[in-house]
Amino acid sequence: MPTPERGATLEVSIWRGGAEGAMRTYQVPARENQTVLDIVTYIQRELDPSLAYRFACRVGMCGSCAMTVNGRARWTCRTHASRVVGPDGKLELRPLANLPVIRDLATDMAPFFDKWAKAGGRFQPKDAKDGAVPEEFAVVPPTSKQRQEADAGIECIGCGVCYASCDVVAWNPDYLGPAALNRAWTLVNDVRDGARAERMEAVAGDAGCHSCHSTQSCTERCPKQLDPSASIAGLKRRLFWDTLLGRRG
Amino acid sequence: MMDLRPRSHPTYLAFLVHRISGLLLALFLPLHFWALGSALRGEEALEGFLRWTDQPLVKAAEFGLVVLLAAHLAGGLRVLALEFLGWRRRQKDLVALSAGLSLAVGLLFLLDVL
Amino acid sequence: MSAARGQVHLWIVQRVTAMLLAVAVTVHLVTILLAVRGGLSAAELLGRLQGNAAWLCFYAVFALAAGLHGAIGLRNIAGESLGWRGRGFDLAWLGIGLLTALFGIRAAWGLYAA
Repeated sequence: MPTPERGATLEVSIWRGGAEGAMRTYQVPARENQTVLDIVTYIQRELDPSLAYRFACRVGMCGSCAMTVNGRARWTCRTHASRVVGPDGKLELRPLANLPVIRDLATDMAPFFDKWAKAGGRFQPKDAKDGAVPEEFAVVPPTSKQRQEADAGIECIGCGVCYASCDVVAWNPDYLGPAALNRAWTLVNDVRDGARAERMEAVAGDAGCHSCHSTQSCTERCPKQLDPSASIAGLKRRLFWDTLLGRRG
Repeated sequence: MMDLRPRSHPTYLAFLVHRISGLLLALFLPLHFWALGSALRGEEALEGFLRWTDQPLVKAAEFGLVVLLAAHLAGGLRVLALEFLGWRRRQKDLVALSAGLSLAVGLLFLLDVL
Repeated sequence: MSAARGQVHLWIVQRVTAMLLAVAVTVHLVTILLAVRGGLSAAELLGRLQGNAAWLCFYAVFALAAGLHGAIGLRNIAGESLGWRGRGFDLAWLGIGLLTALFGIRAAWGLYAA
């Protein structure tokens, strides 16, 4: 979008309602520098205080402001309006897909985080059960293969963009999804963890890694440039050999 | 209505091609076996079937099947490379390579039958 | 056996057959491209296959892998698009896969023994 003229406006249509609802359109002043989150905030403060949406940090650290922007899940705080507003000055905002809508642009993230727990997303220290603090620091060489596999996926902040972008989640509501499986893969590669066997069972089967078709929408959309698709492939590979070699107990 | 806007990256298109080609090939497989089974009724029955396939429309369908098979093979190799070898960085190149390979096989088939 | 375990086994069959098919389909495509030069004839086909145990074995393994691979693929599509899930459906698909494979092996036998 070229630099907006003085007095130019954007036509922003926004989902209003819960599971049932409709799009409503707002005229918002076009500014040279504004993010999609700025636009939503403007609407709520100046035009319609009943608009519900979620945000916290505004700088891409908390992962709470993700929405569907022109059909694609994005962090609204890190999406400059000029990147997404078409030449016609139109913008379409909906809540994240694949999650229940609470109201307007706010979704209920509970199913998303429940699946993290289901995938064994909690770290279980090997040498200190029940979450006690180990007596010694574990030494994990940064160059070891497992450490590098874990490091590759560890920066996830749980924004749900991958989950909302995943077709398999839409097709199979039980599917754990890219973020939970990516989390499981980082823990499977954590040499300090003692719950590997249970976790591998939790991520096996149609509700787990084996439903992934490697469309790589998660990898394509991840605002942190993580590669959940590769993590899921890692889980499949590990389970393939564990099953064939009778290591699954 | 399905929203197509966020589904245009190369690996998604590769998935679509893989799924559609796989579906068509799986449905074609029993037909293929049934046709070849005509050999059970002797050489003449087989020859009769093969002459039937000389029709241009059947040849065009065969061309389609050869391209589908090559595409499913090449796309499947991409998936296996990701799953079993962990080749994650060059996925888009592998998609392009798959597309090129299936087109090349299709062209060779056309050159052979024309 | 838990449901998930059976699903993992199906996935493993799908991938092992995929690896077999990667080789078999390549051979198949090359054979097609060579065989269609100058047209197909029953005499030419049978000249290659009749009484040849190596080709019979190849096609038997090929048909088995293709039958299973196709059926498991259809199972995944049916589960995701039609909601056909569960052990009953899985067993049915497995049966369909084996039946298709048998049908193919029968055809290969026909060409071998013709």
